[in-house]
Amino acid sequence: MIAVFRKELADHLSSKRFFIFLILVWAVSIFAAYTAIQTIRGTVGIDIEFVFLSFFTTTGITPFPFLVFLAFFIPLISITLGFDAINSERNSGNLGRLLSQPIYRDEVISGKFLAGLAVLAIIIVSIIAIVAGLGLRITGVPPAEQEVLRLLAFTLISIIYGAFWMALAVLFSILFKSSTTSMLASIGLWIFFVLFMPMIAGAVTEDVEIQLLIARISPYTLYGEVISILLMPSLDPATAAQLYTATGRLPTPLSFTQSFLLVWPQLVSIIALAAICFAVSYIRFTREEIRTT
Amino acid sequence: MGQVVVETKDLSKSYNGFTAVDRLNLRIEEGESFGFLGPNGAGKTTTILMLLGLTEPSSGTAQICGYDAIREPLKVKRIAGYLPEKLGFYEDLTARQNLRYTAELNNQPRDEAEKRIKELLATVGLSQVADEEVKTFSRGMKQRLGMADIWIKEPKLVFLDEPTTALDPQGIEDMLDLITTMNKKGTTVIFCSHQLHMVQRVCTRIGIMAKGHLVAEGPIDRLGRQILSGGKYRIEVEVAQPSSTLLDSLKRVAGVGEIQSSGNSLFLTCDEDLRSQIAKGIIDSGSLLVEMKIEEYSLETIYKKYFAETEL
Repeated sequence: MIAVFRKELADHLSSKRFFIFLILVWAVSIFAAYTAIQTIRGTVGIDIEFVFLSFFTTTGITPFPFLVFLAFFIPLISITLGFDAINSERNSGNLGRLLSQPIYRDEVISGKFLAGLAVLAIIIVSIIAIVAGLGLRITGVPPAEQEVLRLLAFTLISIIYGAFWMALAVLFSILFKSSTTSMLASIGLWIFFVLFMPMIAGAVTEDVEIQLLIARISPYTLYGEVISILLMPSLDPATAAQLYTATGRLPTPLSFTQSFLLVWPQLVSIIALAAICFAVSYIRFTREEIRTT
Repeated sequence: MGQVVVETKDLSKSYNGFTAVDRLNLRIEEGESFGFLGPNGAGKTTTILMLLGLTEPSSGTAQICGYDAIREPLKVKRIAGYLPEKLGFYEDLTARQNLRYTAELNNQPRDEAEKRIKELLATVGLSQVADEEVKTFSRGMKQRLGMADIWIKEPKLVFLDEPTTALDPQGIEDMLDLITTMNKKGTTVIFCSHQLHMVQRVCTRIGIMAKGHLVAEGPIDRLGRQILSGGKYRIEVEVAQPSSTLLDSLKRVAGVGEIQSSGNSLFLTCDEDLRSQIAKGIIDSGSLLVEMKIEEYSLETIYKKYFAETEL
């Protein structure tokens, strides 16, 4: 598997796709974060809790804060890295040659998946590090211990969220013989989850609870909830109120553990979705018969 | 008898209600050069895929050097090379990088692999373009790179699926030379093709497949005799100054059957190769022997004849 992983990683890192995306994502994130940090600087004097986290969550002159950009871009990066994982091998005539080497078939798919994930991790870690560094440089406010912890969790969860999309893209690359089809299918599903799912939820019912339930089918919504709660410990009044009635005091802001417990169900759902997609691809690919037609 | 390299027992494969391979019994020995013939869709490729453990048989067994192709595919793939009909390489990588990847997948130590890759690129005549991207290669160059690619693991046997299709004459020549070289170095070659004269040049024994069955199998000359003259040898003799006792003299040679004569030419049908006895008979009768040749069978004639008979 290491041989496949290494080769795929080298391929990704030397591909044009990777550079286009890296530059695009860096530019957009830095811009979003920079304007946010400028806004924060303008409010010096007003007491802001978790200044360091607010670099990621404050809306500057861009329409969305950094984390919304990330929620939006991660799927796109994952899809770009994974949509032709298997069908490009098949179409180029490499698959037969590859599978006649003494390796297990799952090594091919795991190696490719992990290589894509590694590249995604490099991109995510790099942009979070850049934004954090930028904030530190401009405001001079160092992160508190809890903020570091939250940022680490945020990074890890972002990678898991990316893993779901990567697994989905790889699955489509097995299901569809043409890489154009698998690309369109992945992008289509991405647009559906990001744009239409909330709309459908709104159209189906007036009930906010049920709306939320429907919207939560989309991993985009799940991820959004998870990172909002993790990065904005002071927010989420509904939960705060629940805790208030339970304990008799208003526990704001939430501690890291409390935030984490709060997002645990959503997090597990994302992990489960990623695992299901990967498992289906795994089974499909290892069972598939190689035929030349 | 050499060691058995490939052995199948009632190997069958059907999918979607269509039987691609039907109870195939095949046996190939070490060092052989076996030609696997048949029209497109006869089940040749499916058989190879089953032998390599890439496709699961519906029933029957396949053994490669004693390893079960279904249960121990990794062991089989370690000793068997496969040159697929639709051969492709990573276009953005150079010839050397492509081979390096194959060496890595075969767990070969880096230094050894580098040395070997260099040698192989020289063998297949690609040293000059070793560090150029494969996308600039012609079809012939890719096929030769494919030969280097399967050679890396030092295979005991190789399956070549239509290795000369769509090549120019020089490309075909190069490929056939490489295949012969590989075979001479001790690798068992299974050459799968419908291009008969290529097979005839390289292979000593052939198997003909049609509609999933192995319809004929054996050395080319024996198959030819079986199919074209009912297992008999046909010898053509040209004599000068035929004496009156010539025919009688020849008829007395044990084993000679029918004799047809027209002028100075004679056609003899015999049970075995009796050329020396016939020569003696001619000389004894007082005639002069000008020329004598035994009929050779071109694979093409065998093949056409075979399919003419089975199709009807």
